[in-house]
Amino acid sequence: MGLKEKLHEVKQSYKGKKMAPAFNALHTFLYAPDETTHSGSHIRGADDLKRTMNTVIMALVPVLLFSIFNAGYQHYSAINGFPENFSVMDHFLTWDNAWIGIIKVLPLLAVSYGVGLLVEFIFAIIKGHEVEEGYLVTGILVPLIVPVDTPLWMLAVAVVFGVVIGKEVFGGTGMNILNPALTIRAFLFFAYPTWMSGDKVWVHEARERSEAILAGATDVDAISGETILGFLAQNKEAAMQAKYSLSDMFFGFIPGSVGETSTFLILLGGLFLIFTKIASWRIMLSAVIGSLVMGLIFNGVVDQGWITETSKFYGLMSFDFWQHLIVGGLAFGIVYMATDPVTGAQTNKGKWIYGFFIGFLSVMIRVFNPAYPEGVFLAILLMNVFAPTIDHYVVRGNVKRRLKRLENAVILPKDSDEKAATFKAETV
Amino acid sequence: MALLSKKDTNLILDPLADNNPITIQVLGICSALAITAELKASLVMAISVMFVLGVGNVVISLMRNIIPSKIRIIVQLIVVATLVIMVDQVLAAFAYKLSKTLAVFVGLIITNCIIMGRFEAFALANGPWRSFLDGIGNSLGYGIILIMVGFFRELFGSGTLFGIPVLGDPITKTGLYATGYENNGFMIIPPAALIIVGIIIWVQRSKNPALIEEN
Repeated sequence: MGLKEKLHEVKQSYKGKKMAPAFNALHTFLYAPDETTHSGSHIRGADDLKRTMNTVIMALVPVLLFSIFNAGYQHYSAINGFPENFSVMDHFLTWDNAWIGIIKVLPLLAVSYGVGLLVEFIFAIIKGHEVEEGYLVTGILVPLIVPVDTPLWMLAVAVVFGVVIGKEVFGGTGMNILNPALTIRAFLFFAYPTWMSGDKVWVHEARERSEAILAGATDVDAISGETILGFLAQNKEAAMQAKYSLSDMFFGFIPGSVGETSTFLILLGGLFLIFTKIASWRIMLSAVIGSLVMGLIFNGVVDQGWITETSKFYGLMSFDFWQHLIVGGLAFGIVYMATDPVTGAQTNKGKWIYGFFIGFLSVMIRVFNPAYPEGVFLAILLMNVFAPTIDHYVVRGNVKRRLKRLENAVILPKDSDEKAATFKAETV
Repeated sequence: MALLSKKDTNLILDPLADNNPITIQVLGICSALAITAELKASLVMAISVMFVLGVGNVVISLMRNIIPSKIRIIVQLIVVATLVIMVDQVLAAFAYKLSKTLAVFVGLIITNCIIMGRFEAFALANGPWRSFLDGIGNSLGYGIILIMVGFFRELFGSGTLFGIPVLGDPITKTGLYATGYENNGFMIIPPAALIIVGIIIWVQRSKNPALIEEN
C-alpha cells in the first residue's frame, strides 16, 4: 500500500472528528485532493492557492541559497578582511561559508515554519475548518527579513504575534489587512530594537566580537558590520565606497538582513513572478518609479545647496537616487512584500497609486527615520492600511464615470430628470 | 444578602464583565492606553476614577431634581472638575513621583467618557444610593481592565510588578534573563495596550457569544 492510500485511510478514519483539518492538510499538502464538486459548472484551473504560493517559494529559493552563503561570507570577511581579487568560487561558494549559513539561517527557517504552522493548525482545529495555505510564503519570507543572529525564541514570539494578531483575528488567510511577514518584522523591530538595528547585528557574531574587543580579549582592532545605509546615515560615504563597490551592492555581497542583499537574484525572482503572472508588474514598476522620484527630490535638494555636508541627512540625501534600489530591503520589499495579493490594492489604477507610494515613502522614511536608516517595512505596512481606501475611491470614480456616460446615452435622456435620479439613487 | 438587594448587586457586578465600560461600551480607552505601562499607575488611576465617579454620581443624583436640563452638562463638568482637582492635589502632596507619571491624565479624568456617561445615563435618573453603587461598579469594571493591561505590560515590558523585579535583573543577567530572555520594548508603547485590550475583548466575546454585536 502506497503512502497515498495510507494517508487517505488515515484521513477517512478521522473524518468528522476534531483533528480532521490537521490530517486533511497533511494529505492535500502532498497530494491533490480526491474530492470533486458534484453540481454546477466549473472551470478546472491548475493555479489554485497552493500553486500560487509554491511559485512564490520557487522564486525565493535562489535568494535563500544565496543568503546561506552570504551569512558565512560576511562572517569570515569580518574576521579576515575582505578577500583581494574576489572570485565567487574561491571566496563565496565555499563549505565554510555554507556551514555558517546552515547553522544560522536554516534554524530561523525551521522555527518560522514550525511555530507558524503550529499556530495555523491550532486555529484550524478550534474553528473546525481546513488549514489554510497562507503561511507557506510567510514562513519563508520571515527568516529572510531578519538579521542573521536573531535569537530563535524572539522569532518564535514574533511569529505567534504576527500570525495571531496580523492574520487570524481578521479571519485567516485572505482576510488580513496587514502583511503577516511584515507584522512579524515590525513586532521584532519595536520589541527588541537592540537585536534589529545598529551595526552589530547584521553579521554573524559581530556582537560577541565587539564585546571581546571591549574586554581586550582579542587582537582584532575593530568590528565591521555596518550596512551601507548605516554608513550613509553617519555621513561616512567615503568609508562605505572604499569597502563596497556598486557590483557588491547589486550582487549582494554586503551585510544586511538575511535575504535582502542580492538585488540581482531578487530581480530574477521578480521577473519569474511577472512571467508566471503571480505578482503584479504594476505594483513593482510603480514602486520603483516612486522610489526614484523621491530619490531625485532628495538629490535635487542637495544639488540646490539647501542642506550642507554637516547635516545629518546629507549622507542619505546625496546618495545617488537609483542606488537606493540596490541597497537595503527596498528591492526585496517591492518584489515579494508589496505584491502580496491579499494586502495590496486590487484595482489596476489602485495598484499604480499603492505601488508608487510604497517606493516614495520607503525612501523618505529611510532618510528621515531617527531610529535606523531603513523603512521599507513601515512604508508597506502603511500602504497596506490604505489599500482598501485607494480601491474604494478607484471603484467610486469608475462608477461615477460610467454613470455620466450612461446619462448622456439614449437610455437616460437628460430631460427625464426623475428617471435619471431614481436610477442614480439605485446605482450609487 | 441583607445589605444589597439583587438589583443593587447587579449594579456592581454587571459592569465588571457583561457590561464592562472598556470592553463592551468601549469608553475610557484613552487613559487605558496611556497610563497602563506600569501596574502602580494603573491602580492609582483606577482608584482616582473610583473616587471621582463614586462621589460624583452621588452629588449629581442629589442635585438631579434642581439641575435645569439645559445647563446640566456644565453642572456635571463643575462637579467632576472639583473632584478631579481634589484627586490631583492629594496625589501631588502624597505621591509626587506617581503624579508626575500620571501627568496630564489625572486632569483628563474630566474628559473620561465613562464619568459623563454614568452621570447622564444613571445618576440623573436614580437615587443617591443606587447611583453610588453604579459609580463603584463602573469604576471597578474600568479598574479591572486597567490592572489586567498594566499587569501584562509591566511584566513583559519591564520585568517588574509594582516596580519590584520578578523576572531577575536585566543588567546583571540573573533569573530569567540568564537564559537570554529580554524585555519586550513593544509592551512599553501605547499600541501594545490597544492590542491587549483587543485580546481581552476577543476572549470575552468568544466565551460569551451573546455579547457579539450584530452587523
